[in-house]
Amino acid sequence: MPVAYSQGFTPHPKISYASAAPTGVASEAEYLEIGLQAPVDPADLRAALDGALSPGLDVLDAVVATGGSLADRIEASSWRVELPEVAPEALRAAVDAFTAAAEVQVERMTKQGRRTFDARGAVIAIDVATPTPTPSGGPAVPCAILEVVVRQVTPSVRPDDVLSGLRVVAGLEPPVPPRVIRLAQGTLTAQGEIVDPLDADRDGATIGER
Amino acid sequence: MSVPSTTSRPAAANSVWSRLEPLLPQVTKPIQYVGGELGAVVKDWDAAAVRWALMYPDAYEVGLPNQGVQILYEVLNELPDVLAERTYAVWPDLERLMRAHGVPQFTVDAHRPVRDFDVFGVSFATELGYTNLLTAIDLAGIPLLAADRTDADPVVLAGGHAAFNPEPIADFVDAAVLGDGEEAVLEITAIVRDWKAEGCPGGRDELLLRLARTESVYVPRFYDVDYLPDGRIQRVVPNRPDVPFRVHKRTTMDLDAWPYPKKPLVPLAETVHERYAVEIFRGCTRGCRFCQAGMITRPVRERSITTVGQMVQQGLEFSGFHEVGLLSLSSADHSEIGDMCSGLAQQYEGTNVSLSLPSTRVDAFNIDLAQELSRNGRRTGLTFAPEGGSERIRKVINKMVSKDDLIRTVVTAYTNGWRQVKLYFMCGLPTETDEDVLEIADMAHEVIRAGRAATGSKDIRCTVSIGGFVPKPHTPFQWAAVERPEVIDGRLKLLKQAINADRSLGRAIGFRYHDGEPSLIEGLLSRGDRRVGAVIRRVWENGGRFDGWSEHFSYQRWVDAAAEVLPAFGVDLDWYTTRERDELEVLPWDHLDSGLDKDWLWQDWQDALSEYEQDDCRWTPCFDCGVCPAMDTEIQIGPTGKKLLPLTPINGGGLRVPSAG
Repeated sequence: MPVAYSQGFTPHPKISYASAAPTGVASEAEYLEIGLQAPVDPADLRAALDGALSPGLDVLDAVVATGGSLADRIEASSWRVELPEVAPEALRAAVDAFTAAAEVQVERMTKQGRRTFDARGAVIAIDVATPTPTPSGGPAVPCAILEVVVRQVTPSVRPDDVLSGLRVVAGLEPPVPPRVIRLAQGTLTAQGEIVDPLDADRDGATIGER
Repeated sequence: MSVPSTTSRPAAANSVWSRLEPLLPQVTKPIQYVGGELGAVVKDWDAAAVRWALMYPDAYEVGLPNQGVQILYEVLNELPDVLAERTYAVWPDLERLMRAHGVPQFTVDAHRPVRDFDVFGVSFATELGYTNLLTAIDLAGIPLLAADRTDADPVVLAGGHAAFNPEPIADFVDAAVLGDGEEAVLEITAIVRDWKAEGCPGGRDELLLRLARTESVYVPRFYDVDYLPDGRIQRVVPNRPDVPFRVHKRTTMDLDAWPYPKKPLVPLAETVHERYAVEIFRGCTRGCRFCQAGMITRPVRERSITTVGQMVQQGLEFSGFHEVGLLSLSSADHSEIGDMCSGLAQQYEGTNVSLSLPSTRVDAFNIDLAQELSRNGRRTGLTFAPEGGSERIRKVINKMVSKDDLIRTVVTAYTNGWRQVKLYFMCGLPTETDEDVLEIADMAHEVIRAGRAATGSKDIRCTVSIGGFVPKPHTPFQWAAVERPEVIDGRLKLLKQAINADRSLGRAIGFRYHDGEPSLIEGLLSRGDRRVGAVIRRVWENGGRFDGWSEHFSYQRWVDAAAEVLPAFGVDLDWYTTRERDELEVLPWDHLDSGLDKDWLWQDWQDALSEYEQDDCRWTPCFDCGVCPAMDTEIQIGPTGKKLLPLTPINGGGLRVPSAG
C-alpha cells in the first residue's frame, strides 16, 4: 500500500483513528483515515488491508475522502451492553433513575489521574433492550441488555462511564464483567439517528448494503 | 459493491478461547494473548500426526521476535502432517486469573491447551527463563517433575543456548537438544510420528529411548550423577545400556538451504524488535573467551549474499517491515558485508527501509559501511562492544580491538551523522582490577573529545553500558570464579565517579549498568548441576517469575532458597559461583559435546591468564579447538563474487494481498 509518511527524522505512516473503542470492547464500527502517496482503487485497498489483518479484524469498506476531517463526522456512538446475571427489571429501574437525573457525576482514572465528570449530559438515548439470543453465543443465563447512544464530547463518555452512572443513581453492580459492543458511530441527525460517516464521500448514493 | 462477509475466528474444538476471553479485559495488554498475527498459522488439529507447542519463556513482547522460535514454527508448519503453535509466558495478573478460573497454559494461535500437544519445545536464550518454564508446565496441568509424567503428557523439550547445560532443569524437562534446531525438529518429528503410527509401543519411556538413541537428544533420566564427598561430581554415566555416553550438538550446514524465516510474524502488540531479521551467518571464531555463543556455534557458516538479498525482498514484501536487521554474532565480519549493505541500500533507496547491523566489531566497521547504513537518511543505533576497558583485560578475554581502533571507528560514525553511539563493556572479568574498569572512563572521555574535535560540535553523545560477567559452560572461562556483587558494585561506583570527574565530558556520557546481584544468580544457573533444580523450584514456589526483568527479579528470594536447600547436599551458593574450578574437576556438562576439546579449552584458559591472544581460524591456520573434526563440519565462507541486482520496481497498479498461512 503506498502509504504516505510524515516528515521528520523518524517518519510515521499517516494513519489516524477516529474515536477508537476502548480496550476490551467489541466493535462493529471503527473508522480510520489513511494518507496515501498515490491514488488506489478503494476496493483493492480494502481487500489488501483485510488480507493482512487478523481474523476478526475485518475491513468492510473504503472510500476516497472528499474533504473534511473524519473526526468531525463522528458525533455520536451507539453501544450495546450485555449484563449477564443482571435482572432486566433492575436495569430498567436504574435506567429510569438515570434518565430522570439532570446530571450524574462519575469518576474515572485517566492518564492525568482521577477525573470527575458528568455522564448524563452526553447520553442522547438510553433503554433496556428485549433479550434476544446473545450474539456472542454466551450461555443462557439471565442477562439484561442496555442500549445507549452517547454524544462525542470531551472528556469522552464511554459505556463504562454510563455503567458507573447507573451505579451512582441506583446502586447497580454487575456481578460479572459486562460485554460491550459498539454498534455504530457517525454523524447525528436531528431525529437522533446515527449516519455512516462515510456516506458523505459516497457521492450521495448508498453503496454499502447497510 | 457489496460488503464482504466477515471472517470470524474459527474456534478449534479444544480451544480455551471462550474461557480465556472474559479474563482478558481484566489484565494488562490483553492483545498479547489473542494471536492472529500476520504470519501465524492455524491448522486442523485432527489432520496433524505430530503437534508441537513452541515456547519462548518470556513475555510476548520479548518472545515473539525470537528468531529461533519463528524459524522452527515455520519449518514445522511447512510439513503437511505437522502442526506447530506458539505459547509465551503469561504475566502474573493473567496467571492469577487462569488459576482462579481453571484456564490452562494455552497457545496464542488457536488457544489450545499446551498439554494436548505431543511435544512442548522451550527455547532458552538465557537461564533466567527457568522459573517461567515451571509456571508454564504447572499452568498446563503437566506434572512439574518429568518422573511423574504419563503418556497423556507432552515431551517437554529444552533447546537454545542454555540447553548446552540443562542439568539445573534436568528434573523438569524430558529431553534437551543441543545446537541448531532446523534439522533436529524434523528428526524428532519423524521419531514421534513413527512411534505414534505404531500405536505408541512401550509408552513414554520407549519414545524417550528412541530420541536418546539419536545421540543428539539428551534425556537426563537415562543418566545418573554420582558425587564425591566434597560435593564435586564424581561421574555422569548412562543407567541403561542402549544410550550414548556423550550427546552431541547438531550443526546445520549450508544456510542457503534453510532460508527461514520466509513469512516472519508481524506482532499485533508492541514488541522489542519490529524488523525483518535475517541471519547472515551463524557461528563465530573471533574467540572471545567469555562468549558462549561464539564457542558453541562453530564453525562459521555464511549465508550467501544472493540468498540474503532474496530473503530480504520476500520478507519485506510479506511483512511490510521497514527495518532490516542483518543478524549474526559479528555482522561486519561477513566476507561480503560491504557489497551486501551497498546492494540492499541501493535496492531500497528512496523508501523508508533502513538497515541495521546489531553486532558490529569496531575493527570491521568502516566509512563505506557507515555510508550505506545511513544512505536513506535514517540511522539506526550503533553499538560497539570493546567489552574490556584496558588493553590488558582485552588480551585476557581475547577481544583484540585497540583503543585507537575504537576511537577511529566512533569518530567515523560521528562524522557520518550519528550523534550517539553505545559502548558495551563487562565488569567482573577474570583477573580484573579496579584500574582495568577505570580505563573505561578514559576511553569514553577520549571518544567524546575526538568526536567533538572531528565534528566541531558539542552535540554528540555516547552511552557506556555495562553488564556483569557470567562464566558460561563450554567456554575457556567455564573454570573461572564469578566476582562478588559487592566488588562489582564498588567498581561501577568508582567508574561513575571517574566518568563524571570531568564535568564537560561527563555530561555527554550516559552510564547504564546492571548491578552484580542478578549476575551471581545467572552464574548459579549457568554452571549449576542437578542439585540446583531444587533451588529453582523453591524460588518458583515462593513466587519467582520473570527473573530477567529487574522489577520482578528478587535476589533475596534466590539467596534464601539456596540457603534452604543446598546445605543438604553439602554445598552452597558460593560453591557454585565464586569458586574457581580446577582442571580435573568433572563439570556438569562434560557429557554434552559441543565439539570443543576440553584440553583446548583449558589451554585457552591458561593463555587468558597469561594474556596471550588467539587468532581467528578464518584468516589464520586452524588452532585445533576440536569442533570441525569432532562434528565433521567445516568453515563455509565466501566471497562468492556475486552482487545484488536492482529490484524491478513494483508495478503501480494492483495492491498485494498477503496469502494466508
